[in-house]
Amino acid sequence: MSLLEVKDLSIRYADSAKPVVQNLSFSIEAGQSLGMVGESGAGKTQTAMAVMGLLPANAITSGSIRFDGQEFLGAAPDVLNRYRACRIAMVFQDPLTALNPYVRIGDQLRRILLEHKICKPPEARERTLVMLQRVGLPDAERQYGVFPHELSGGMRQRAMIGAALLGEPDLLVADEPTTALDVTVQAQILGLLRELRSQSNSALFLITHDLGVVAGNCDRILMMDNGRLLEEGPAKEIFAAPSNERTAKLIAAARRIDMPTKTSPLPDGEAPIVEVDNLSVSFRERYGSGKRQLHAVWPLSFKVAPRETLAIVGESGSGKTSLVKAILGLIPMRSGTVSYAGKKLPGLVQSRPNNIRRQLQMVFQDPVASLNPAMRVADIVAEPIIIHEPKKKKAEREQDVSKMLRHVGLGMELRERFPHELSGGQAQRVAIARALVIRPKVLICDEAVAALDGTIQGDILQLLQAEQADSGLSLIFITHDLSVVRQISHRVLVLYMGRVCEIATNEQIFKRPLHPYTKALIQSVPVPDPNAKPDDVPLAGEVSSILNPPAGCPFHPRCEYAVARCSEQVPALQSVVGGSVACHRANELDLSY
Amino acid sequence: MNYLAAIKPLIRKSRDNKTIVVCSSILLLIAAVALIGPLLSPHHYASTDFENPLMLPSASGWHLFGTDDLGRDLFVRTLLGVKITLFVAIIASCVSLGIGVAYGAIAGYVGGTVDAVMMRAVDALYAMPFIFFVILLMVVFERNFLLIFVAIGAINWLDMARIVRGQTLSLKQREFVDAARLIGVSTPGIILRHITPNLLGVVVVYMTLTIPQAILVESFLSFLGLGVQEPQTSLGALVNGGVSNMEGAPWLLLIPSIVLAVILLCFNFLGDGLRDVTDPKKKT
Amino acid sequence: MLRYALLRIFGAIPTLLLVIALAFLMVHAAPGGPFDAERVLPPEIEENIARAYHLDESLPQQFIRYLGGLVRGDFGPSYRYRDYSVSELIGNALPVSMQLGVLAMLLAIVAGVAAGLTAALSKNSFIDRLVTGIAMTGISVPVFVVAPVMVLVFAVYLQWLPASWTGGTSISRLILPVVALALPQIAYIARLTRASMIGVLSSDYVRTARSQGLRTISIIRYHALKPAMLPLLSYMGPAIAGILTGSVVVEEIFGIPGIGQFFIRGALNRDYTLVLGIVIFYATLLILLNLVVDLLYGILDPRIRGR
Ligand SMILES: Nc1ncnc2c1ncn2[C@@H]1O[C@H](COP(=O)(O)OP(=O)(O)OP(=O)(O)O)[C@@H](O)[C@H]1O
Ligand code: SF4
Ligand SMILES: [Mg+2]
Repeated sequence: MSLLEVKDLSIRYADSAKPVVQNLSFSIEAGQSLGMVGESGAGKTQTAMAVMGLLPANAITSGSIRFDGQEFLGAAPDVLNRYRACRIAMVFQDPLTALNPYVRIGDQLRRILLEHKICKPPEARERTLVMLQRVGLPDAERQYGVFPHELSGGMRQRAMIGAALLGEPDLLVADEPTTALDVTVQAQILGLLRELRSQSNSALFLITHDLGVVAGNCDRILMMDNGRLLEEGPAKEIFAAPSNERTAKLIAAARRIDMPTKTSPLPDGEAPIVEVDNLSVSFRERYGSGKRQLHAVWPLSFKVAPRETLAIVGESGSGKTSLVKAILGLIPMRSGTVSYAGKKLPGLVQSRPNNIRRQLQMVFQDPVASLNPAMRVADIVAEPIIIHEPKKKKAEREQDVSKMLRHVGLGMELRERFPHELSGGQAQRVAIARALVIRPKVLICDEAVAALDGTIQGDILQLLQAEQADSGLSLIFITHDLSVVRQISHRVLVLYMGRVCEIATNEQIFKRPLHPYTKALIQSVPVPDPNAKPDDVPLAGEVSSILNPPAGCPFHPRCEYAVARCSEQVPALQSVVGGSVACHRANELDLSY
Repeated sequence: MNYLAAIKPLIRKSRDNKTIVVCSSILLLIAAVALIGPLLSPHHYASTDFENPLMLPSASGWHLFGTDDLGRDLFVRTLLGVKITLFVAIIASCVSLGIGVAYGAIAGYVGGTVDAVMMRAVDALYAMPFIFFVILLMVVFERNFLLIFVAIGAINWLDMARIVRGQTLSLKQREFVDAARLIGVSTPGIILRHITPNLLGVVVVYMTLTIPQAILVESFLSFLGLGVQEPQTSLGALVNGGVSNMEGAPWLLLIPSIVLAVILLCFNFLGDGLRDVTDPKKKT
Repeated sequence: MLRYALLRIFGAIPTLLLVIALAFLMVHAAPGGPFDAERVLPPEIEENIARAYHLDESLPQQFIRYLGGLVRGDFGPSYRYRDYSVSELIGNALPVSMQLGVLAMLLAIVAGVAAGLTAALSKNSFIDRLVTGIAMTGISVPVFVVAPVMVLVFAVYLQWLPASWTGGTSISRLILPVVALALPQIAYIARLTRASMIGVLSSDYVRTARSQGLRTISIIRYHALKPAMLPLLSYMGPAIAGILTGSVVVEEIFGIPGIGQFFIRGALNRDYTLVLGIVIFYATLLILLNLVVDLLYGILDPRIRGR
């Protein structure tokens, strides 16, 4: 008998005709790990909720979910409660909302032990402390008493995993457990899960949109799309030879960091179109009982050539957005200048002349938030024309809009829609159309594809690259996703805590990184290949507080190569062949692989 | 154009909401009767009839709601009360709307220290017993209509200011505002074309919730004898008149009370319904 | 936390001063003097009165004098009740009003929370609809309608309870006024409790707790109760203001010799000093109670406490 056996499961909501999950069958054996992969709307979370008995009251279900022989579908809450925590437990996506902000971490964990009468109160405390230590909260005594908001995202997810494992369950359900986290922390959490499972032999049901995550962590995978099962089987077989067309497409869309770049080579020696000189950004933030300067970006300089794609990478909070917003004049800079085609620009966008303003445009992360909800698609795209070419006749303008919409791959039937009536991919195309319609020379994309599904990401990236080939656009592309960087950039700028670690060509960054952080970052990216088993966690620890940065090299608390000098002196950015790097030991270390 | 576009979804969703349809119909009906009714009745709201005080409601003699202690027709007086109550409340709500939206939008858009100071002031005002200040105002100055509007408006703008400010603040941080700045839209253009149309929804909702508040304050003042003065009347004043005759002629208390309660209920349900409809967290 | 507390406490002082100044100015901006309505008095008597009430001093001087009095708990003499000072009038009326207000507040919290929780836990059931319907009515029907109707039903028709303060025992005479005063607040609190409890129960962290196999009762006790009750705490300020306002009407209708009744009498008789004194008294009370609520909130909410 399988540990978990799902048969013909369908889930529907009364107010919509289309089922969210349809005739799904699969099983998980004791100790096995199954990965469920699919894009948004595939019905992954709904399946997980059904397995945990957590579907909302208005869900209509049919089929069967048997756990160790017990039917879960339609079971009474107290029956389910006998299984939860002790036999089956769950880790949720966003540890910030999934943990109670009003209850101390330790108490949230201890409560599980007490509720299930696993042990008596004094022992419960002991066991909670032990568990906190096991999941990597080393200062357990202190962390027992903190509230979730006092922990970092990674630490919170560790606590969440600790809570799930307290009852020593036979099956752990994890719904996108690392999606909200940075790559290096994701690698840590996945490593932790592997380590804990090797100790306890519990089964794992891992749900994710990221084929890279399942590849290294699951024996079998299950591909979902639109509520239906596409294919199920051993991970290696599916990756090697998908039998389903859609599966094949999804696997093809998963960009691989170990694949060569697809960019066209740059002509040498052209004058830079954008020049950033000594730019820094800071905010005033509350710190303890006073205020303190938060240095989001330390003084840095770089250039962007015409037709070039410069990728800016770094973990959350490293200052990527602040940097480009300052370049665009959306926020004030603390020091430095930005020049466009050799001319210095005024700091804030309002004071820049219109003919230069139009040359620098931006595409944002959240496609829906970047479109005014009260405007129709056609008006959104027409607005820049009205401003920059006020003399244009209405008919001509309409024509421009139509042409632009077609250009970005949108049908005319979308003209009259409001943003909330668009899909994420369509909305992002509208945002790109709005930016491109005034023919800018530089387009800055801040995580422009992060909110989109893998297959749609590919389409948007292609659109941008085609535009670059056509019109010679320069792109500054911010992303946390290194496989995107690998695919589309000419050069890469790596940021850590607002400082440049390394600027180098794509080839060099991925083949011969000179900075230890760059290397760790690349190694943290999960590769969608079940044969490339992930080794140890490439980077331990977490980013230091940006309000209280460490002295010397900001990376030294986490750097395995750190020497005494690293904690005393900030490494300067030094030029090397193919780029620059800021590391004291850049000349002696060999990080290539 | 943006403005219409901004509330169109609201109108569409409202049409499908039973509560909203029923409540707004009842309110429109009451308003229509209050406007037309007095024209059809043979009685005048101020004409006394000392022969027939405290008459029971009857169709004969067209005293549909009976008469009060001075023999005045309660039907016509109730309709007058409705008219004045609604009038005062709507004007007062407009006053609070004006102050609240301007204050909130400025605080929210300018942000920073200005915002902090302005909102601390609102917090401080929240802790004040405004209604007592209004009473003080009524005592010190002659009781006049204008003062009532201003006073009630001055009480109710705080909520509006807070809500508009919150909304503006979150709109301002939305990326479409940055996008507009980049394509070259001027600050007034951003406020007019990009921010205010998106404020409309909340303003409509809170306006409907401000009106019953204003009605409550007005009728409270009138009940205490500090509001509308004889022979004019409002629902609060009528309830007050009813209290003094309640043992002998309970309808003098009950009829205006019921009318007042129905109006308030409808406005509150309407506001709740509109809020549900505009709540982005609820499914459309 | 200490910083937060000090900030709040120092924040309350300017508010208080502003309130006093505003009220004081309003009264002194009155057209004509406070004795206008009376017969014309011989000039020398008028002068004496003016001197007795310090009306001959400049406005700032009067204000400083008044402030000085306030610090000592002296609100000055009453213009109408010649033999009493405003402080004495407030002092005499306070116990009655306090009794009424505190009882109404307690009733409102207990009944409102109970009704709101019941509704939230049986969301969309008949009971839930009943509670929400009644609560909406409670919010919509003003005190000055509820109170007389209750008198009509329970005192005039059924004759179970006395219609006025003088007519009953010390307990029976309290029932109707307290209930009338509490009703709208019960309604508000029930709605608030219901909404916030439903919000908390549908939160991600309650879902987590359910996935951990906690029974509903444990979820409420250990996870939901505190976050669901916090909004209630911030409603306490407006609730107290509502009870104060309502007490004016209730005391008038039931003939209760409390501060509210003096206030209305004072207002109708244009007893400036009395009205001024009571407004300042109420304002101070409200500002202080709000301060207490704020501080409590700071203690109970870990996200504020951390500061
Ligand atoms: N308006 C602001 N006020 C105060 N601090 C800010 C502000 N905007 C950003 N910061 C801080 O500046 C630092 C850098 O933020 P930034 O948004 O530039 O990072 P990022 O690299 O874009 O991160 P992400 O990947 O999460 O988007 C962070 O610590 C952030 O909290
Ligand atoms: S400077 Fe030192 S700490 Fe920083 S990256 Fe280089 S070796 Fe590591
Ligand atoms: Mg960012």
